[in-house]
Amino acid sequence: MALKDSMRPSELPGDNRAGTAESPVTQRIRIDAIPDIVTARQHGRELADRYGFSETQATLIATVISELSRNMVLYAQGGTISLRMAHGNPSVGVVIRAEDHGPGIPNLDRVMMGGYSTSGGLGLGLCGVRRIADEFRIDTQEGKGTTITVTKWSE
Amino acid sequence: MSTSNEKFDSPLSDLELPTAIEPPADRASTAILREIVAHLRQRRAQLLEAWASRISEAGFLTAMSAEEVLEECGAMYDNYLAAVETGSSKSLDSYAHELSERTVTRGVGTHEVVGTVLLLRDVLAKSLYAEYGQNQDNLTRVLGAYGPAASRIATMVAVGFVREHEHIIRQQQEAMRKLSTPVLTIHERLLILPIIGILDPQRARQLTEQLLEAIRSNRAKVVVMDLTGVATMDAPVANNLVQTVGAARLLGAEVIITGVSPELARTLVTIGVDLEKLATVGDLRGGIERAARLLGYKVVPIDETTTDTATE
Amino acid sequence: MQKKTTILQLRNYLVATVQTTLVDQDFITLRDRLVSQVGNSRCTGVVLDVSELDVLDSFCVRTLSDMARMIRLRGADMLIVGIQPGVAFSMAQLGLDLDGVPTALDLDEGLAYLDSKSRRSSGRIPAWH
Repeated sequence: MALKDSMRPSELPGDNRAGTAESPVTQRIRIDAIPDIVTARQHGRELADRYGFSETQATLIATVISELSRNMVLYAQGGTISLRMAHGNPSVGVVIRAEDHGPGIPNLDRVMMGGYSTSGGLGLGLCGVRRIADEFRIDTQEGKGTTITVTKWSE
Repeated sequence: MSTSNEKFDSPLSDLELPTAIEPPADRASTAILREIVAHLRQRRAQLLEAWASRISEAGFLTAMSAEEVLEECGAMYDNYLAAVETGSSKSLDSYAHELSERTVTRGVGTHEVVGTVLLLRDVLAKSLYAEYGQNQDNLTRVLGAYGPAASRIATMVAVGFVREHEHIIRQQQEAMRKLSTPVLTIHERLLILPIIGILDPQRARQLTEQLLEAIRSNRAKVVVMDLTGVATMDAPVANNLVQTVGAARLLGAEVIITGVSPELARTLVTIGVDLEKLATVGDLRGGIERAARLLGYKVVPIDETTTDTATE
Repeated sequence: MQKKTTILQLRNYLVATVQTTLVDQDFITLRDRLVSQVGNSRCTGVVLDVSELDVLDSFCVRTLSDMARMIRLRGADMLIVGIQPGVAFSMAQLGLDLDGVPTALDLDEGLAYLDSKSRRSSGRIPAWH
């Protein structure tokens, strides 16, 4: 698995092992209804397994995808989950991006404080996701939509 | 509105990995390289010998016997020529990988491996001089094709070797981390987890996974985690500890923490730990006594039990 | 709709083994079936085996703790067994709390817990002469 190796890609002038590995994967999963949540998190788990994340980490990644996609179904009439790998030294990361064109989150600060919920769990879910993320970014605009990006590194 | 913990993209995430060693520039140089390789193959025995003596002069590969050096050199020679000829690093790359596996553990240093490859480059270049030296044009063409190919190969072997080195170091670190946190079954359903040394995030994660797995496989009801050997831990690791205790409870096991140092106590209070969710006892002995009580046992001296039976 | 969860009656307990990855509606359906059945069968305990579930997110956790409270109001105790180690740690990391719903390693442990609990409570209540 060349992509797990520690050298930065730019430092490998003639590395063939790296070249034979999969190119950076981006999976896009359309989330319209509840069953899509299950599909999306299965994709996330497979990706994490494939790149050598531990079982515990893979479960965490699947749970994060579940939280983010459920929010999109419940509050934004659906959206997209994109999954891709990031390569660092010495670990790899899964980058989860949840994008929707829903109403946005008007009271973001309160939501991110945790515990706040408009209909059963947004606050708790998002707050937890932020806590466990190695990198977390949320952009939300009222009436336009929300994009949340979470990166989880293997080490 | 936008909040952000950190910059989202890793600077490396969008870089493509190179797909292959750079092929020879054009058809003409391909033809020259083929010619060079044919020449070098013909003189294999002689050049190998010259190379081996240069290696021993330089004091490289002393950890290996003379036969081993010859065998290694033969294999490297053939793979080297194949790489020069085809411009493909495939066979050389996997060879470099095997070579490092064979030699890293025997204490062969990076400078020796790289030095050896560079010596081969020079030995071969010298032979090319001798062969094509009479005609200046020819020599320029030959060395123009050979030089870049040889440099690429040297870089590649070096990178492959260093990479293998790092890989082995990581594996060993992982193994040591596992060794450093034994999970002991001291009684049916009771696990003891003595933690000694520094808990970094990786080790903490591993400890969590090991403990939860051990709870399941031993069907443990109580775990005593002794932190006497841990002077301090930072807030993320302390958080991880609290979460591990919570996860263990979800699996039906109580975790008793013992040996909390003053510093650790400060950290735990600073991160706002809920003491309802964290059972602590001063020392390991007290922890085991508490565990025994939770399991419904009483620890009593043997003569006391015999007196008990005697009075009954 | 496909029935994804079997509910068994074992002595005076109900045992539900969640057999596959449930989507939200299945959770609600399961909740409603258990809450209704627990009263009809005069059960004192419900064991929910979730060992097949590979993810328990905030929605699932909330549904489970609500379910436990409803069952409590119907006069029985609910216990969750078989949470996978990875799932347990994810819940802990995400701060998802089952709100006091008791848990045990597996079905065996769960039934033992309910047995000891009912023994304790029957011991405390004086007989009706």
